[in-house]
Amino acid sequence: MAVATDTSTRTLISRVQLNRPRGRFVYWTVLVLTLLLFTLVFIGPLYMMVTGGLKSTAEAIQSPPTLFPHKITPGTYSTAWTQLNLAKLLMNTLVYAFGALFFQLVFDISAAYAFSKLRPVLGNAVLGAMLATLMIPAMVLIVPQYLTVIDLPVLHVNLLNTPWAIWLPSVANAFNIFLLKRFFDSIPQELLDAASIDGAGSIRILWSLVLPMSRPIISVVSIFALVAVWKDFLWPLLAEPSPTRQTLNAGIYSLSQGVPQNVLIAASAISAVPTILFFLFFQRNIMAGLTAGSLKG
Amino acid sequence: MAAIAVLESTTEPGPGSRRNPRRQDGFVRELRRNVSAYGFLVGALLCFGLFSWYPMVREFIMSFQKQKLGRTRWVGMHNFNQIWNDPSFGQAWRNTLYFTLLALLLGYLVPFLVAIVLNEFRHASAYLRIVVYLPVMLPPVASLVLFQYFYNPEYGLFDHILHAVGLPTLQWLQSPNTSMIAVVIASTWMNMGSATLIYLAALQGIPGELYEAAEIDGAGILRRVWHVTIPQTRMILSMLLMLQIVATMQVFVEPFVLTNGGQGVDNSTTTIVYLVYQYAFNFSNYGAASALGLLLLLVLVVFAVIYRWISRRAEQ
Repeated sequence: MAVATDTSTRTLISRVQLNRPRGRFVYWTVLVLTLLLFTLVFIGPLYMMVTGGLKSTAEAIQSPPTLFPHKITPGTYSTAWTQLNLAKLLMNTLVYAFGALFFQLVFDISAAYAFSKLRPVLGNAVLGAMLATLMIPAMVLIVPQYLTVIDLPVLHVNLLNTPWAIWLPSVANAFNIFLLKRFFDSIPQELLDAASIDGAGSIRILWSLVLPMSRPIISVVSIFALVAVWKDFLWPLLAEPSPTRQTLNAGIYSLSQGVPQNVLIAASAISAVPTILFFLFFQRNIMAGLTAGSLKG
Repeated sequence: MAAIAVLESTTEPGPGSRRNPRRQDGFVRELRRNVSAYGFLVGALLCFGLFSWYPMVREFIMSFQKQKLGRTRWVGMHNFNQIWNDPSFGQAWRNTLYFTLLALLLGYLVPFLVAIVLNEFRHASAYLRIVVYLPVMLPPVASLVLFQYFYNPEYGLFDHILHAVGLPTLQWLQSPNTSMIAVVIASTWMNMGSATLIYLAALQGIPGELYEAAEIDGAGILRRVWHVTIPQTRMILSMLLMLQIVATMQVFVEPFVLTNGGQGVDNSTTTIVYLVYQYAFNFSNYGAASALGLLLLLVLVVFAVIYRWISRRAEQ
């Protein structure tokens, strides 16, 4: 067995023990049981979601529930698509997510660059004030944030029902700045000084030196920026109340009381598809980013 | 910072026409560097100012104010008295603490045990990781709509399973006794992937020799977990505990979507954040909402501070 020769890392249970007949039996039994259990617990509900969207209204609420749809009704998905105006909701969510990504990248990268490399007077104090916001639970600030967005101080503009109400608050993300600054700190100053002597200005250095070197961290920040907007519920519900401006989450929730069960399940399945594809495509980056970033700050 | 400025002013002498050219040149450089640095910062500063710092100050001020017919008055501790005397206040704290306790029992311990088991597998580990993290990526409303469907006492999947294995069926969300448990199960399913993967990463950092040595000393599997795994992951265990307390005490989406608005039967799923939401957006009582938010903030900041303290020690 190939596994037996690989002794580079050992964990709780030693290879020797696992390779004994009894160890091997227990290992495979536990592995198969875990595979079955995990598939049942985590994929099972998704299976019920996809097939639930294929059932007719009567079948969706019949008891006992059916494991396979008796009569496959793909029409449920198209009903959900039109009845909940999912094209609009999907488009809104995409616009909010990519807009938030854009503003976060522009403003947070340049801020982290200033903190890390330009080091202005009071820079550390400002950075500290930004990082301090990580201590404030997000839900507590929802009410004053809402009141700020409906009447912006000084300008007296109402951002409600505009994408700005999602884009701009997303920039105030101290965690992004922390991750980016920590990465920029690891870029040697001599490299920047050399470019500076060659006559490159700050913007030029950021664009053609720092950014290309920072691809790994920028991809982590970008992925989490997109996922955050896609998963957010309460803020978009408050900030984009108009039905034509809602996100998938808020829109499906708002209409959940008025549509049949199978249509609602179909709509949920449609809203889940982009995130599942996104995850399967970027799973390596997502898992690496999760463990790299989650415990700091 | 100062060292760089000195270096710049000595290696590149300024134009000789001015008096004391070096110092002036250094000053101009400093000024230009600061102006350009704040130029890079301006976007983030404005966003933090408007959507983070200003709301923080405002949260504090509003808890001592009352708004009526567009006029704002200072009312001292009135808002705090009002929320204190609200019959939902005690109930909401009890519900929130009950949720936190259950969510920690399930969402804190289960991922650790799962991670220990997953770390032993030499096969299918990529699949298991993807599967356990998949729910984390789903839009929460999609997951919750699905769970609400499963919890239905008439045609739901869960009661069907309970019935099939011969257990008594439950009312789930429609009974004050089980509604919070139902919320916790859904919440754990949605969120346990992140904790599991973080634990897995921590477990992979444990040197194999420690297990080797423990085994030579005659320690069985459970003793190895107790004497090697847990002490070696102590920092991450305690950091995640604090993070999970802070996160679970802010629970809102799960009860809000599952029980169609968050109260549940007999207020059985009313949480603190839901009460804040209700004051602010159902009754337009921003003063009471802010006061309650401030109380929650004071409780949670304690855990956040402990978290910072542990993470500083972990970095050293």
